[in-house]
Amino acid sequence: MKYITFIFFLLISSALIFVLGTRNVLPLPLGEFLSVQEGVWQNATSVDASYDQNLQLEGLQGKTDVYFDERLVPHIFAEVENDAYFVQGYIHAKFRLWQMEFQTHAASGRVSEIVGEKAVDFDKTQRRMGMVFAAENALAEMEKDPTTKGAVDAYTAGVNSYIDKLQSSQLPIEYKLLGYKPEKWTNLKSALFTKQMTNNLAGFDKDFEFTNALKVLGEENFRILYSDLADSLYPVIPKGTIYEKPALAITAPESADSLYYKRKDTIQLAEDFKPNPSNGSNNWVLSGSRTKSGKPILSNDPHLGLTLPSIWYEIQIRTPDYNSYGVSFPGLPGVVIGFNDSIAFGFTNAGRDVKDYYQIKFKDDQRKEYWFNNEWKTSNQRIEQIKVKNQPVVLDTVSYTLFGPVIYDKSFKTTLSEDQSYALRWVAHDSSNILKMWLLLNKAKNYDDYRTAISYFNVPGQNMIFASKSGDIALWQQANFPLRWKDQGLFIMPGTDSSYMWKGYIPAEENPHSINPVQGYISSANQRAADSTYPYFIPGSYEVYRAITINRKLADMYNVTVDDMKALQNNNYNVFAEEARPILLQNVDRTLLSTEETKYLNLVESWNLMNDPKEKGTVGFIAWWDSLYTNVFKDELSQGKVPVVKPEKFVLLEALEKNSAFKFIDNINTPELETLTMQVTTALKQATKYLSNLEKENKIEWGVYKNTTVYHLLKTNAMPFARTGLLNGGGHGIINASQHDHGPSWRMVIEMTTPTNAYGIYPGGQDGNPGSRFYDNFIDTWTKGEYYKLWVMNDTDIQDKRVKWKMSFNSK
Amino acid sequence: MKFIVSILVTAILAYSLGLVLPWWSIAIAGFSSGLLIAQKRFFSFLSSFLAVFLTWGIIAFFISQSNDHILAHRISMLVMKNDNPIMLIVVTALIGGITSGFSSITGRSLAIILKKS
Repeated sequence: MKYITFIFFLLISSALIFVLGTRNVLPLPLGEFLSVQEGVWQNATSVDASYDQNLQLEGLQGKTDVYFDERLVPHIFAEVENDAYFVQGYIHAKFRLWQMEFQTHAASGRVSEIVGEKAVDFDKTQRRMGMVFAAENALAEMEKDPTTKGAVDAYTAGVNSYIDKLQSSQLPIEYKLLGYKPEKWTNLKSALFTKQMTNNLAGFDKDFEFTNALKVLGEENFRILYSDLADSLYPVIPKGTIYEKPALAITAPESADSLYYKRKDTIQLAEDFKPNPSNGSNNWVLSGSRTKSGKPILSNDPHLGLTLPSIWYEIQIRTPDYNSYGVSFPGLPGVVIGFNDSIAFGFTNAGRDVKDYYQIKFKDDQRKEYWFNNEWKTSNQRIEQIKVKNQPVVLDTVSYTLFGPVIYDKSFKTTLSEDQSYALRWVAHDSSNILKMWLLLNKAKNYDDYRTAISYFNVPGQNMIFASKSGDIALWQQANFPLRWKDQGLFIMPGTDSSYMWKGYIPAEENPHSINPVQGYISSANQRAADSTYPYFIPGSYEVYRAITINRKLADMYNVTVDDMKALQNNNYNVFAEEARPILLQNVDRTLLSTEETKYLNLVESWNLMNDPKEKGTVGFIAWWDSLYTNVFKDELSQGKVPVVKPEKFVLLEALEKNSAFKFIDNINTPELETLTMQVTTALKQATKYLSNLEKENKIEWGVYKNTTVYHLLKTNAMPFARTGLLNGGGHGIINASQHDHGPSWRMVIEMTTPTNAYGIYPGGQDGNPGSRFYDNFIDTWTKGEYYKLWVMNDTDIQDKRVKWKMSFNSK
Repeated sequence: MKFIVSILVTAILAYSLGLVLPWWSIAIAGFSSGLLIAQKRFFSFLSSFLAVFLTWGIIAFFISQSNDHILAHRISMLVMKNDNPIMLIVVTALIGGITSGFSSITGRSLAIILKKS
């Protein structure tokens, strides 16, 4: 009996330890996870915690002191420049380690290792687009340059110095949740991070959809629907600017008519994981002639997916050579958007198309040889080994051609036929040392230094805005932009010879730019950089409306203060609706409306055109216009039953302004001829059903409807780590570009006075730990559209009461 | 008296081992005290249960208190779909207590075998 009793209890105890220590029974190993000495409780940072620390670390050359202020912003004072990057790496790791590793795992297609087989397709896509290949090319170039190599080596050493001493009880929560451990940081990971940003900003393209649309709709209709030149375009470089004759010119290959424009097939391809086309930004700069202080004011707000931990980390770096302040990317050394004692710099996305596809003719399904310039060429095959959590390794063979990696073929996308293999040509694959731009910008003193710095940058194309304390303002649209013949790269190109390959890049000095313009301001908001008189073909994905509001406002502004600029960044005026609403109101047949439909008509009619959080008219307008848009285009776009993209919203608006008998208004699936009045009226009736349901659920106010949310990087898998229901205004095409989970990820206004008068905020917090009071403490202030004063600390401020903690780093 | 001693010994052992070993060291603590301290099986269970229940519960409570329960709010939502920091502390304490308690009764049962033979 006593043996049985013993065995009985032994089994119970063993079972308990097993169940509470594994992920195979319960979703979490609760014993390990909730252990007070090892589990998540260790991540509950005391609200009174001190961050004071004295560290002696190998790899440092001199002394570095880091002062943390009350917002946990580090002010790094380094005796040696590379020590500053070492310490930046250490601090990034201390507060953002999990995010740094997760983002670079994602870049290199290694998410399946962490979350299992559901990410295999994502990982394959990342690898097939050549993300690691691109990062390796970048790294080789970075490491050729002693300055960059020194900075990145120091940064990596700093990150690893933190990781090496990290005890498992102190691992970030996400490692405990998902059950893995950090690996060492490498210079390659920093390169991977730049490629992930490149993909977010210059990874969007419509080549497959355009190819299908051209085939299904015909060239005439294609031109109507997919123009990127809006009549209402307010280009970065003002209309009327005279461009010099282009230094380089190329023409289409003779075979283009037959081989390029007249394809025989459509392409049945679902492209998942495309970057969000809303990734963009606003920036503008005013010269002293426009400001109250007489000094330039520079403003910038990059629009990205809003995440916790935030993509940004605020920092001041002070070395014997320079003193810069701004936001950094956890994963890279230096300040990415910000200012120093002489200049300020910011970015918006150029949106230019730098990504093309070539159809490859392989000898057989081994894809080892492809036809090029009348002979079989051998492709370089890279065998990708995708580790999958709890599953065997997945192998994927990617063929590299002279154009680039074959991203899509039948072995990956089974809807493709055997002769449909597509190689990707992307500027991101070219070798370059873009990090050097930031290292130089951090210490730039004037316009010439800025010009030198940005010459290192090849992708993703950016509108790089600049102001100096000496009074200069400038903007260059900078990157390597392919030199294209008209229409080159809109569609899939033949890859059987060299005639369709890129022949070079547009000379950098001919990139759109503006330096100290007479009007006294420069702005960019992801619109097309120049109008049709620019002498090069520049297709892309452009936004029209933010630029209109910004230019309209700036044109009338004098004696500008930083408060005016903050208000402008938070402006909720809907200029698209200003133009589109009259079309709805003038064409609706009011005699056919029910009482309820009339009510929503009145709601839209009386709306003040502001996307403010309390406005119901915003939702009414959107519902009505979207219904109209769908009714007009859905029939034509779905006729080929292949993936196509929706036309830009200006296309419908401007077509209807010009012609109320726009040919697409008719529904081709019905025998009768629909008129604009019929479509607008039907759209209001459809919208009414939708709106009346929203009203019943109390979701018709714009802020509630939009439900601004900052998701954790694990998205819906970690909702308690997210912040939902943030009541703010804004939206797509609004200067305040806040959408549901996307928008101003950092707002910054810098007045170039001495001392610099600077403000900024991002929707997050400095500590990536969800158990810290600094995890999300900026969010409510951000939601209200308020800012923090950015404190540029001087060495005389050591005793200042804003200094809360100090970390000292010394060489060992 | 033995009961109190058993609680103290288990608690001290569990905490000390926890400084160097993974979470399951609380089972070693329970098992050892059960093996070495002669009590009725039930009291062996109860003393070890209480020892770790209290140790983990009190530590979790003080950690959470000084954290303004920021973490416990989020983790309780994540684990229990219920925003209840105190419940999370109780669950933590129960997991520790039960693991240690059953290990203790296992240790006691072994001690009885060893003693008889």
